[in-house]
Amino acid sequence: MGRTLAEKVWEDHIVRSAEGEPDLLYIDLHLVHEVTSPQAFDGLRVTGRPLRRPDLTVATEDHNIPTIDIDKPIVDPVSRAQVEALRNNCAEFGVPLYSLGDIEQGIVHVVGPQMGLTQPGMTVVCGDSHTSTHGAFGALAFGIGTSEVEHVLATQTLPLKPFKTMAITVDGELAEGVSAKDIILAVIAQIGTGGGQGYVLEYRGSAIRALSMEGRMTICNMSIEAGARAGMVAPDQITFDYLKGRAKAPSGADWDAALDYWSTLVTDEDATFDAEVVIDAASLAPFVTWGTNPGQGLPLSGSVPSPDQARDEVERVAIERALEYMDLTPGMPLREIPIDTVFVGSCTNGRIEDLRIVAEVLRGRTIAPGMRMLVVPGSVRVRLQAESEGLDEVFTAAGAEWRGAGCSMCLAMNPDKLAPGERSASTSNRNFEGRQGPGGRTHLVSPAVAAATAVRGRLSSPADIPAVA
Amino acid sequence: MEAFITHTGTAIPLRRSNVDTDQIIPAEYLKRITRDGFEDGLFSSWRKDPDFVLNKEHHAGASILIAGPDFGTGSSREHAVWALQNYGFKVVLSSRFADIFRGNSGKGGLLTAQVAQDVIESLWEAVETDPTVLVTVDLESRTVSAGSITAEFEVDDYVRWRLMEGLDDIGITLQYGDEITAFEAARPSYKPVAG
Repeated sequence: MGRTLAEKVWEDHIVRSAEGEPDLLYIDLHLVHEVTSPQAFDGLRVTGRPLRRPDLTVATEDHNIPTIDIDKPIVDPVSRAQVEALRNNCAEFGVPLYSLGDIEQGIVHVVGPQMGLTQPGMTVVCGDSHTSTHGAFGALAFGIGTSEVEHVLATQTLPLKPFKTMAITVDGELAEGVSAKDIILAVIAQIGTGGGQGYVLEYRGSAIRALSMEGRMTICNMSIEAGARAGMVAPDQITFDYLKGRAKAPSGADWDAALDYWSTLVTDEDATFDAEVVIDAASLAPFVTWGTNPGQGLPLSGSVPSPDQARDEVERVAIERALEYMDLTPGMPLREIPIDTVFVGSCTNGRIEDLRIVAEVLRGRTIAPGMRMLVVPGSVRVRLQAESEGLDEVFTAAGAEWRGAGCSMCLAMNPDKLAPGERSASTSNRNFEGRQGPGGRTHLVSPAVAAATAVRGRLSSPADIPAVA
Repeated sequence: MEAFITHTGTAIPLRRSNVDTDQIIPAEYLKRITRDGFEDGLFSSWRKDPDFVLNKEHHAGASILIAGPDFGTGSSREHAVWALQNYGFKVVLSSRFADIFRGNSGKGGLLTAQVAQDVIESLWEAVETDPTVLVTVDLESRTVSAGSITAEFEVDDYVRWRLMEGLDDIGITLQYGDEITAFEAARPSYKPVAG
């Protein structure tokens, strides 16, 4: 019987398999950052275990670093200690590290792909749930906890029970202004935050094939918000073109050998998935969240829902609580929701293509009075690319702040935060209570909606704002 | 890791669904580099409300958390498990757990026992009626009981075995060093190296 893409990659990494036990999988690439690794390195020291493959491990600083004044010492002493711990651990164990100030520094899930480290058919792990991003290359990539980080550091393997497989087929053509972010927000709203639990999602269909690598990464990135361990897209010419010539991509005879293997990484015609979801791309519209989990989303043309629309008591309580936290009233059109902060960035939408879309909307326009807009590139290289295209000038001319690379306001563990009661439109991935700062309220949106919202001051798509004179 | 066979204690009813790891422990607390001392961050935002269930005096000392569906969604932060354990919880009961949170719990010795939502509802009622009612979670027989309620819970066979033996995963894997070395010898040369 045929095999799915996920099954092929899984089977190619089995070190050991025994009845009644998890498979022992080899890990090709282990990405490390400052937040989830210090206790793991401590574990190695306590047990006297060496780091097995420092050459398959790479670290960067992203979560708790500032995005301004990066040439100065980190002000918060606790953040500084954590970043210093990473630097000391990497030096002690021989792990390559891209520190603040290095040209390769950035959000771990932006850095791996842009260096060419993320390749089809690999197993990639990181102590971060958005590791699913790397699945855009046809890699099996998933987030792990700190105990597993220690496990990979010590053994370069992980004991895992096979995941189930789910096909998410998106066929047809997206309407103008509808992007990868809208696809994934619609998927999560449809299957729910637990709908992907236990599954690897494979995104298929003509609308996925038409996406750039950046768009595919946006979609795979948020697989975890549907509860899935991983998301994947089969590699194709777009993948190969993206990789060719990158610093860590194979070259010469290795490129040819790799390409032969990568070309086999598709789900076989006669393979079966454990579950299937089909979405018509033409039916999709700009999508935004109104609540406090990424499944609580609707098309921008919709209105804030009522608890009466809940399917059961658990959902009714969840809607009531979300409306209270978000300070929203049922029936209010989503386009009328006033926004005071716009955040463009994160491992979901902090890549060059995202910044180009935002710049296109902002060019010749200014953001609404009182609006605070942060544009935060996902990596130093994204920042430099944007600056070489003059995008930074578009952002600052419109009234936005242009920052250094990092996770920034996605998760409020660095100086970039929402104040209590502030309301953001954010291109990031989580709208949980207090995610962007205690008491802050988050609406998840695409880059185009973020930019248009910054101009109009209310949730908007580019079609809602006047043309530039 | 300490072996887990059975545990009896009082319980806290957390009538919320989709309790994400940002609620269990906000990112602000993740800057620490230790594995302990996270109890002050547990549900820190919700605990500011004096009416929050963890603040109720009659629930002091509880060691079992009974939560709504989709507990532990979101971030992979294992600090969520540490915060629950540092606070004194030994067991979390829910009708559905997020995968990564559940995996992390198994590594750290926090039992995540999955039961049907109607069992959760019965347990909520029992504990709300009498906060002193003792709840027993027995890993050997995979049952949870409280007063007249008895129900089976679901837990992965391998995780159950490891918890009951108190085994360290890394120690188990290191027994297969030869297999790992053999696998590495056969890896294709086109696979990237970081350094």
